[in-house]
Amino acid sequence: MEVETEKIKGEKKRYKPVLPRTRYWPIVQLNKNKKAFIETVTNESLKNLITLTSGRSLKEELESTVYRERLRMKQNPWKVDPKDEKDFWNQIQKRLIEIPNDDEAKKKETEEAILREIIKRYANEISGDFKNSHYRFARTVITFGFARLLNATRVKGIKSLWSKQLDLDDKIHVVGQVEQLRRLARRGTIVMVPTHFSNLDSILIGWVIQHMGLPPFIYGAGLNLFNIRIFAYFMNSLGAYKVDRRKKNLIYLETLKTYSQEALKYGCHSLFFPGGTRSRSGAIETQLKLGLLSTTVAAQREHFEEDEEKAKKIFIVPVVLNYHFVLEAPSLINDYLERKGQERYYVENDEYSTSYKIIKFLLKFFTRGSDISVSIGRAMDVFGNYVDNHGNSLDKQGNPMEIKDYFTTDGVITFDAQREQEYTRILAKRIVEEYHKYNRVFSSHLVAFTAFEMIKRRNPALDLYNLLRLPDEDTEIDYAEFRETFSKLREEIFRMKEMGKINFASHLDGPVDDVIKYGIDNCGMYHALRPILKNKKGNVTTQDMNRLFYYYNRMDGYDLEKFI
Amino acid sequence: MTSKSSSKDPVGVLGAGSFGTVIANMLAEKTDVILYARTPERAKNINDKRESSGQPLHERITVTNDLELVAKSCNVIFPVVPSANLRELIRRMSPYLRPYHILIHGTKGFDVSLPDNKQLNANRPLSRDYVKTMSEVIMEESSVVRVGCLAGPNLAGEMAAKQPAASVVASHFDEVINAGQQLLKNERFLIYGNSDLIGVELCGVLKNIIAIGAGVIHGLGLGENAKALLISRGMVEMIYIGQALGGNTKAFIGLAGVGDLIATCSSQHSRNFTVGTRLAKGEKIKDIIESMEETAEGVRTIEIVKSLSEFYKVRCPITEALHNIINEEMTVGDATTYLMKFPFRAEIDFL
Repeated sequence: MEVETEKIKGEKKRYKPVLPRTRYWPIVQLNKNKKAFIETVTNESLKNLITLTSGRSLKEELESTVYRERLRMKQNPWKVDPKDEKDFWNQIQKRLIEIPNDDEAKKKETEEAILREIIKRYANEISGDFKNSHYRFARTVITFGFARLLNATRVKGIKSLWSKQLDLDDKIHVVGQVEQLRRLARRGTIVMVPTHFSNLDSILIGWVIQHMGLPPFIYGAGLNLFNIRIFAYFMNSLGAYKVDRRKKNLIYLETLKTYSQEALKYGCHSLFFPGGTRSRSGAIETQLKLGLLSTTVAAQREHFEEDEEKAKKIFIVPVVLNYHFVLEAPSLINDYLERKGQERYYVENDEYSTSYKIIKFLLKFFTRGSDISVSIGRAMDVFGNYVDNHGNSLDKQGNPMEIKDYFTTDGVITFDAQREQEYTRILAKRIVEEYHKYNRVFSSHLVAFTAFEMIKRRNPALDLYNLLRLPDEDTEIDYAEFRETFSKLREEIFRMKEMGKINFASHLDGPVDDVIKYGIDNCGMYHALRPILKNKKGNVTTQDMNRLFYYYNRMDGYDLEKFI
Repeated sequence: MTSKSSSKDPVGVLGAGSFGTVIANMLAEKTDVILYARTPERAKNINDKRESSGQPLHERITVTNDLELVAKSCNVIFPVVPSANLRELIRRMSPYLRPYHILIHGTKGFDVSLPDNKQLNANRPLSRDYVKTMSEVIMEESSVVRVGCLAGPNLAGEMAAKQPAASVVASHFDEVINAGQQLLKNERFLIYGNSDLIGVELCGVLKNIIAIGAGVIHGLGLGENAKALLISRGMVEMIYIGQALGGNTKAFIGLAGVGDLIATCSSQHSRNFTVGTRLAKGEKIKDIIESMEETAEGVRTIEIVKSLSEFYKVRCPITEALHNIINEEMTVGDATTYLMKFPFRAEIDFL
């Protein structure tokens, strides 16, 4: 079933664009008709919000929104915030006070007018600024620019700037169902759902999408990233829309959801990071955010409501990203431990605070030898059934099936919010299952897992926090013992792969000492304090338990520890 | 939404055992019912006699052996077959089942699927990968998603005699709970809804182990104090292993948990209880099973839970003791001594 397109030297896989004429791209179409699109989003959100708030006081909802917005402006202002923000909310507040209380009809009318204005403002804020010319430029910069840099620094110094020897795709292994994805992109709307470990993911995925010859996807990127100019440029040109995590009010969230849903209905391929934010613990996401995911189910139902027979179809494609090294690991794991320890107000810690820092990091990242793998999973419908290359959903026996029936009661398409919520939950569960299946174990993940689990076993009485504070001399593991446990776990991974429960990178197969060495050398290789290393005696130890814990978590959720 | 369908379309019942027949008769008070029996001969036999598992059949019940007919005519179907047969049955029915179907099962057992050439053994204990609840089997084998389960203190004999009772319909889908309520509820039968499907299923499955234990105590004539001790410690054991298998504690203290546990452990008519009583009298498990007309799910469940408890490292002393009795590694007397000596720490530490 699985088509692995592992790279063979000198035989590079090149993909032609699936839709060569850019003006047919849904995202280009959408941006051409942006005004009308924003209008649709506004109207739909308004409709939803009026239903959602029925039975409650709309005025109170508006007042609390104004209150929270003013608080946000005061406590947490950002560079990207529009200048007229203060005036806007002051003006809204003034009008709210002036609403007459005696005239019910007039009151309702004014409230809804204000609500509409807020929604429209949000919709405009969220909407991306996709420009086709910028897209082409960014695409060139990413592929061409990085490839040149890569050559210059890795092969023979500055002279090789124009050599064709090394390319970005030497470094990034794209494996899995690429062909299927390319076919389906012509037949329906793709929703790509990758795991999320690093801020680098968005750029990486952007590169992968164009590498596979797909038109640009739209995706919701955290507004904080737009604070950094270089990111903002790439994001805008790769079709990103803005998600502001500071705004947690109902009106904003509903507008955001509607925006995504309408773009899907429009046929724009989309990208969600369903985990919400980067994985703090280093583990593969197991709890997905259901809000955005639910828009895929809703959009699919709406397609059926429009045309029962020839409804457009939405395909969900899980993607797993694997790194030996995650730049943010130290601060992510600290966040995780802090939050787990006690609920504290949490400020986003940004390694990516300036364009300078990010360029420096990218240089470092792309110029030293550290593999990245991107596994493209098998496409599913919005209920988590696999689809074939023609886009037919397959039932449990592998026969094509009609998915309209998921939305019917007595043969008629019905809307049942609770039912769709449940479908979303099923989809989320399926995505998590697929993540675990397509996860490609790197030797670095497995050495970290082995070491941490062994240290943990030796100290059964310690809780996690005390374990992490173990003095250095207590973390040393005899190499022979380490080797034995590592081999046992590797055997188990081979067995699990046969059952289709996991995948592994080809470098995991081979003489055990070599694999361990490769793993130890690569695990978190650029951290100042190494998560795992060999000491002078040849035994395995760590310089930083927190980081070791971070990379250990990557293998969480497989019950692997039961096999030691 | 479903009210129209329930009065108009017939409702399906799969399995004409004693509980299946009771359910079919209850449903028939409100709607037409199609009852599926295992073989054409059995279907014909039931139809001719208008009697199934010793109960007269309601006139609105049609008996068939045609799974396609059941799937095509019914939107709502109640599978009530032994746990060992459900997977095969759903697999055969799968080509006719659609995502709009509502399936509410009443089977209280686990499904075990081992990879080919593997056998249950002590070296590689079972994990949840191989042990599935009935709702999971239905979803694995068909495209049905609107799945529910019916569980509670529902001794078939008392229900057939039209005595008052109540039950729980558990499902993740409100529409499934509503459908179950509308179809089954009447002046002597209450239906509660619960969204913890797995928890409620586990209640129904695990209580059978304790029922066998209660039967043993009864058979030995050890008195009510001992039985109460076994039941309440059994309840704790159910909760521990239940949590490890994916259920929430709440379901266990409800009608499907403690309610069903009390009923099965007090009734001489309960099959699992009877197994226990006969074990206490010194009969061999093989002879007991052979002489019984219908499956006592608890016997199989003991073996499965024993293995699961090893994988998840949960101590299940009652299950262990019963496992040893069944496999003749312990006498009934030894088992009692073993349990009385078992070192328990805190009485309750899960609430």
